[in-house]
Amino acid sequence: MNQVLSKPPSMQADLAACRRDFPALSLQINGSPLVFLDSAASSQQPNSVIDAVANYHRNSHANVHRGVHTLSHRATEAYEGARDVIAAFIGAGNRSEVIFTSGTTESINLVAQSFCRPMLARGDTILLTHLEHHSNIVPWQLLCDQTGAKLLVTPIDETGSLDLAIFDKQIAGGVSMLAMAHVSNALGTVLPLEHMISRAHEHGVPVLVDGAQAVPHMDVDVKSLDCDFYAFSGHKMFGPTGIGILYARSEHLERMPPYKGGGDMILEVRFDGTTYNELPYKFEAGTPNISGAVGLGAAINYMKSIGMDRIAAHEADLLTYMTQRLSEIPGIRLIGTAKTKASVQSFLLDDIHPHDLGTILDHQGVAIRTGHHCAMPVMEFFGVPGTARASLALYNNRDDIDRLVSSLTKAKEIFG
Amino acid sequence: MYKMSTDELRELYRELILDHARSPRHFGKLPEVTHSADGLNPLCGDKLKLYLRIGDDDRIQDAAFEGSGCAISVASASLLTDTIIGMRPTEAQSFAGALIHRLTGKQTNVELGKLRALEGVREFPSRIKCATLAWHAMNSAIRQDKVPASTE
Repeated sequence: MNQVLSKPPSMQADLAACRRDFPALSLQINGSPLVFLDSAASSQQPNSVIDAVANYHRNSHANVHRGVHTLSHRATEAYEGARDVIAAFIGAGNRSEVIFTSGTTESINLVAQSFCRPMLARGDTILLTHLEHHSNIVPWQLLCDQTGAKLLVTPIDETGSLDLAIFDKQIAGGVSMLAMAHVSNALGTVLPLEHMISRAHEHGVPVLVDGAQAVPHMDVDVKSLDCDFYAFSGHKMFGPTGIGILYARSEHLERMPPYKGGGDMILEVRFDGTTYNELPYKFEAGTPNISGAVGLGAAINYMKSIGMDRIAAHEADLLTYMTQRLSEIPGIRLIGTAKTKASVQSFLLDDIHPHDLGTILDHQGVAIRTGHHCAMPVMEFFGVPGTARASLALYNNRDDIDRLVSSLTKAKEIFG
Repeated sequence: MYKMSTDELRELYRELILDHARSPRHFGKLPEVTHSADGLNPLCGDKLKLYLRIGDDDRIQDAAFEGSGCAISVASASLLTDTIIGMRPTEAQSFAGALIHRLTGKQTNVELGKLRALEGVREFPSRIKCATLAWHAMNSAIRQDKVPASTE
């Protein structure tokens, strides 16, 4: 641990320069410089993303895949160019396996409705984990209502780790689908995907991974993970809101019916029948979020210019520092202490309600998330109505954590 | 380093508020409830259940609440129970109206008494709903609404 804490100064210095790429990080909030520790909810955007979106609107906007005119051609190139960047970034075998959606939520709903619904029968089982975000619970509950299938949930222990012995039994017991997070948004637990996906595939169970909290923090390669579906969102990885990705194996996509109908997803429309477009367009009905895709492509280029290995090492160092500094505060209760974690720490302080902590910290310019983090089953497991959560991204530094700690000390003073 | 004084925070978390949050009055169930309602603040997960006993004399004879929430919402509920016992339901409703009015930054001629302690929320827009939750629940209980009172 000490080794991690004493990283060579060169790396700290390099990422310190990145901070200047994010204009929001220069804001003054309530009279203090902003300390942004809520990137797990939505990350800030670097100038390169903001500029790419603005330049697209200034110089390249028209509808995609339609006109013969120059701007339509530019828009199509920008949109499809972003798809290539994303496909290469996540190691997709083929660009047609990368579907643009509005975000992780839509990606999961698409898989639930288009892939799972046709194959499910009454009494079939969908396996989830206790760590899931509501967006990886509710779409499956809707599906259960529609099909008569039922949910099975792998439990967690008091550190926020999955009980793999139970998982191994569950996955062997006749499951139709496994859906799980890569990283828990509330606790930061990194799930043992390699083990879980290989067990699932041994039993012929397809796997969807909700990667919204993983992609901004670590190198993700969908081919080596060997998952069937991988969903993530642009706005948690320094890109715009309203754009996300569903990676899916083409063998699945080819068999799946369209999720939404409309323009752009067809080859030929007649009143007696319509021929759907080829992949990936079969799943992209209507005019897409072109500027969002452009922004997401720029965000990935930004992350690549730093290097995912360096981002991961920087955040691991910061997480260790944050955990250590928070542990030193009398009356703190850390929630989510799994061995393998990404850069999130949930906590409670004395008996101060998280919402009150959030207000007091915000008053000192420190932005954290408070509440149930859209993971109410996790909160229920720990017997708390919610937590305070500090989440890190590549642009955070040790000063941010020192400010977090001093503002928590202020909260203790106020609540005496 | 912190340019803004902490006066506003002290204003929000006045001693009276902290006292009611730490030791809420009339906390628990009520025997012989005639009216009750749930109050939900989905944003922060505040969840209150408010109980009233309204007598044949058209007076609120007793009031109590249960649930969990932040200091502001618990203190507000506690102050509510202290305030409305003995009032007629219509008086309690018009008091609630005046208080909500005041907390959302408008003027009122109604004398709010110790409820003025909640005025600090006016500087914290995201916290106004915490302060008004119990009062919405009370209105809903008196009206005997079928659905829980919500701040959304």
